[in-house]
Amino acid sequence: MKMRLIARTLILALTLGPLNLTTAQAQTGPLRIEVTDGVIEPLPIAVPTFVAENAAAAQLAEEISRVVVADLVGSGLFREIPREAHIAKITSFDAAVRYADWKAINAQGLVTGAVSVQGKRVIVKFRLFDVFSDKPLGDGLQFTGSTDAWRRMAHKVSDAAYGRITGEGPYFDSRVVFVSESGPKDLRQKRLAIMDYDGANVQYLTDSTSIVLGPRFSPTGDRVLYTSYESGSPRIYALDVASASRRVLNNQAATLSFSPRFGPDGDAVVFSLAKAGNTDIYTMSVRGGAQTRLTSSPSIDTDPSYSPDGSQIVFESDRSGNQQIYVMPAGGGEPKRISFGAGRYGTPVWSPRGDYIAFTKQNKGRFHIGVMRVDGSEERLLTSSFLDEGPTWAPNGRVIMFSRETSGATGTSSLYSVDLTGRNLKRVPTPLGASDPAWSPLQK
Amino acid sequence: MRNLTKLSLVALALILAACSSSPLSGARGGAFGANDGSVNDPTSVAYFNQNIGDRVLFEVNQSTVNDAGRLVLAQQAAWLNSNPAFTILIEGHADEQGTRAYNLALGDRRATAARDYLVSQGVASSRLSTVTYGKERPIEICSQEACYSQNRRAVTVLTGGANS
Repeated sequence: MKMRLIARTLILALTLGPLNLTTAQAQTGPLRIEVTDGVIEPLPIAVPTFVAENAAAAQLAEEISRVVVADLVGSGLFREIPREAHIAKITSFDAAVRYADWKAINAQGLVTGAVSVQGKRVIVKFRLFDVFSDKPLGDGLQFTGSTDAWRRMAHKVSDAAYGRITGEGPYFDSRVVFVSESGPKDLRQKRLAIMDYDGANVQYLTDSTSIVLGPRFSPTGDRVLYTSYESGSPRIYALDVASASRRVLNNQAATLSFSPRFGPDGDAVVFSLAKAGNTDIYTMSVRGGAQTRLTSSPSIDTDPSYSPDGSQIVFESDRSGNQQIYVMPAGGGEPKRISFGAGRYGTPVWSPRGDYIAFTKQNKGRFHIGVMRVDGSEERLLTSSFLDEGPTWAPNGRVIMFSRETSGATGTSSLYSVDLTGRNLKRVPTPLGASDPAWSPLQK
Repeated sequence: MRNLTKLSLVALALILAACSSSPLSGARGGAFGANDGSVNDPTSVAYFNQNIGDRVLFEVNQSTVNDAGRLVLAQQAAWLNSNPAFTILIEGHADEQGTRAYNLALGDRRATAARDYLVSQGVASSRLSTVTYGKERPIEICSQEACYSQNRRAVTVLTGGANS
């Protein structure tokens, strides 16, 4: 862990769109945690209740600071020093920080904030301090938005603090689309649902009359591709998140299609199409039109995922005799096998940072979520259970979410997340059973 | 002798499956429906399901129809050829030990293998269609081979005919 300082303490007041969120972050090299080091000891931080700058803000100030704590502690990289232990009380956002009081309780980072509510608008201000350097870390920030988007503003505060301390990209202000599950194993009811990354604000996008599987976000997060049995057999649908309106992408007779995923341009869709007992990979435009066949082996080729630059596709195939991971040019061409360990490898997903491929591995009756470099080297298994499946990357490429199903007649599926290092495995709360998570890009 | 044992096991499995009361269907996977007619009527769906057998089972990760399966499918084909009013949907299924999309593709392979065998026995391909449910609709829900072996199946679902 390295510590550095920053001198500026400006408040940035930005006024963009319905939620005024800043992208102008000072690039600092702060109070740093190297996420990839496999941190053992979480960094102690203090997050006093944000100052309510008017009476109407009292409740939100408390709730926003609680969400910031939940985000940071939930990342596994921070430990909260309980408020009861605080010596100094923050009663004014602009008052000088008494570093000695925070050093005395061994808080290495200090997050302060203030909230005011004006009608249906809420203004959140935030500062981060490097206590042991007696300095603020980065600029102060201000976010303005509607009161019902208060959680997003809390996540933006957490993202700024996390980004400055880790040097990694942010991920808290993001959503997850998933399949909500209820009912017994042999008649499971499935609905598409969307929620904040932390399980808050669940909304349902479909009813449970048809089986739905494998939703995936568009690169802008406003659309979702998924597979539904609405027509009686598996077909790919495109859904507009805001309106929940949907349309079928491919209605070709005597074919079944599934496993869709957007290309980085938001127009190309890569997917699997099964025809006469053979499953291959195809692309088409999300607007419809001609399909281009990319693989033509007699094997099962499925679960395609584009590289972030759109030049390559990683997918799984059993052409060698069992499921393994291959990479091919995005226009098709000779695939190169990259997985060579014991067992079967499936559901490869290219990291949004381009540096790793996450996958599901099945070996000796156990399932694992793992990662490998894009050339197949440095394979590392992050989890192990009766049935772990279907990794999806956080927008910063440093956290992975997946489904875990328990065994037996009463088995149920839940969502879990884990760091790229294999640390901080935890359940993501959902109201009912849940599977097939897909993490959105960072919200704009 | 070995084949006999295998066949009687399959027969037993079929009876057990038929007795299962799970209201299967997203998959109309073999539950008795109100319009299936009487088992005493040899042209009924109920008769087909109970006396011919509506499903064949597969080995782990395999989609090759085995000897027992070929026997069932040959009997299905003979019945279908004498009852030409029915159209046929074959559902392919997988057990839960596999990833979701792969199991969809595997279910498609199994359904197609059963379909192709029926066609080879003279059933008109125009009467046949296939669908895969992957691991979405198990008929047995324990997490052991006893259940998995029942879930790796291709189920012949009939529609049309005199009774519907």
